[in-house]
Amino acid sequence: MIVRKLLTILILAVSFAPPAEAEPLIADLSESVVKITTGFTGTKVLLFGAIKEEGKIVVIIEGPRHPLAVRRKQRIAGIWINRTEVEFTDVPSFYQVLSSDPLEDWLPLQTRDLYQIGVEYLRFDPKTNVGPAEAARFREALIRNMQRIGRYGVLEGNVTVLGGQLFRADLYLPANLPTGFYSIEVMLIKDGDVKSIQATPLLVTKSGLGAEVFDMAYSYPALYGVLAIVVAILAGLGANAIFRKV
Amino acid sequence: MHIYLPIAEISVNIFLLVGMGAAVGMLSGIFGVGGGFLMTPLLIFIGVPPAVAVGTEANQIVASSVSGVMAHLRRGNVDIKMGIVLLIGGLFGSTFGVWLFRELRTLGQIDLVIRLSYVIFLGIIGLLMLVESGRAIRRMRSATTPRRKLHQHNFLHGLPFKMRFRRSKLYISALLPLSVGFLVGILASIMGVGGGFVMVPAMIYMLGMPTAVVVGTSLFQIIFVTANATFLQAYINQTVDVVLAILLLLGAVVGAQFGTKVGGYLRGEHLRGLLALMVLAVCAKLAFDLVATPIDLYSIGYATGH
Repeated sequence: MIVRKLLTILILAVSFAPPAEAEPLIADLSESVVKITTGFTGTKVLLFGAIKEEGKIVVIIEGPRHPLAVRRKQRIAGIWINRTEVEFTDVPSFYQVLSSDPLEDWLPLQTRDLYQIGVEYLRFDPKTNVGPAEAARFREALIRNMQRIGRYGVLEGNVTVLGGQLFRADLYLPANLPTGFYSIEVMLIKDGDVKSIQATPLLVTKSGLGAEVFDMAYSYPALYGVLAIVVAILAGLGANAIFRKV
Repeated sequence: MHIYLPIAEISVNIFLLVGMGAAVGMLSGIFGVGGGFLMTPLLIFIGVPPAVAVGTEANQIVASSVSGVMAHLRRGNVDIKMGIVLLIGGLFGSTFGVWLFRELRTLGQIDLVIRLSYVIFLGIIGLLMLVESGRAIRRMRSATTPRRKLHQHNFLHGLPFKMRFRRSKLYISALLPLSVGFLVGILASIMGVGGGFVMVPAMIYMLGMPTAVVVGTSLFQIIFVTANATFLQAYINQTVDVVLAILLLLGAVVGAQFGTKVGGYLRGEHLRGLLALMVLAVCAKLAFDLVATPIDLYSIGYATGH
């Protein structure tokens, strides 16, 4: 998964590599790594750049893609129970669109569809065999759920263009940010056409004590289990020793 | 001040967690119960995934049981032989429970089963306690204590594989404690409880053990059963959050000490009535969540690939 993502970024980077000074768009991030530490409650990354042509800016933040299951509840004997499940492959774990102008007014639907600008244009397919109408319902539900927990969103007008040449945008990344390789795509759009794209990778990784606990729990689950028990026994004995003296 | 819980993958206020630990610890000190059956639902209420709440709570109970059993060991209130037979059943039960847990998780039904088990068990235990404490209060007023036999003899005493348990003054079939241990072991894995609230009545009413050794023996076997559940939950399901467990523990240890002192000043019957009401309140909240129409009929979860 990560390898494929890296490859995509690499291909994007190569295909849009600046042919000398002809590149009409350059952009960069204030940080290339976001560390989720023990005290992490979300963060802000600054995106900045310059454009050499007039145009509008659209930024897409996309997190690593994973398979995801969507389940529908049904009332059985008075209780709501998960009944139908549809699994989707390659669902972005995070997706946010930022733009210099409201998208509706000027962006042709073909462009939005081609570049997946906006949640309704995201491409991911059901793995489970379901009819198109049912698939659409589950797709909508997936997007709705992601929006509710702040993983998907559209922030129109959050890119500021200064003097027609410089632009900046604050990318707000929430506390429940999934880890992995992100791609930040910046597009320069003129007359409804994408003139230039630049993709910048962003790595979101757990760091510090939390990261070590997580890595150990998944890489050495047996050792982790034993340590969890040892810690608990020591804590129990410690508590007993302390309060016995008091 | 927030802390990011690495396995639960949520950010929670650190004081809320320590406070919850202290509050439940205090209750367990006052009432002499483990508190797992209150803590796991509380964790679910604050947004910890039910599967992680259960695995982590098993881990925390190891600590509180170790702390609790020491006093009973010193006083000789532990029937080690009975404890070992119970825990053999418990090891099988908790292993089976973790396996069942994984299967249900694959089916996307584990959250439902955890909540349902809680509604059922809390409902039954809460009602029984309420009735019992009401009866005790009335009995106290009329001040007549009926004479009781050491224990009742019934069909359970006709089962084979009889064993002698000297400390408990019992000569009963080993199948009885084995199956009680097995059932409570399943509860430890599925519900993240020590199971004292099932084990203690079962020991008194089904096995006929003397009350003096019941709590100590129950705690003794809970250590091993919850340790087994912790290990397997960590190994198979990766649902034990050590950071969360330690924070809860910090609060619980202190809370329990205060609770024990406070408990000494209160009347037992009234205490049990109070605890029963609390248990029923938690049960009602969980039941309401199951029956109330959810905000969204659709939910998202990890794809399990089947």
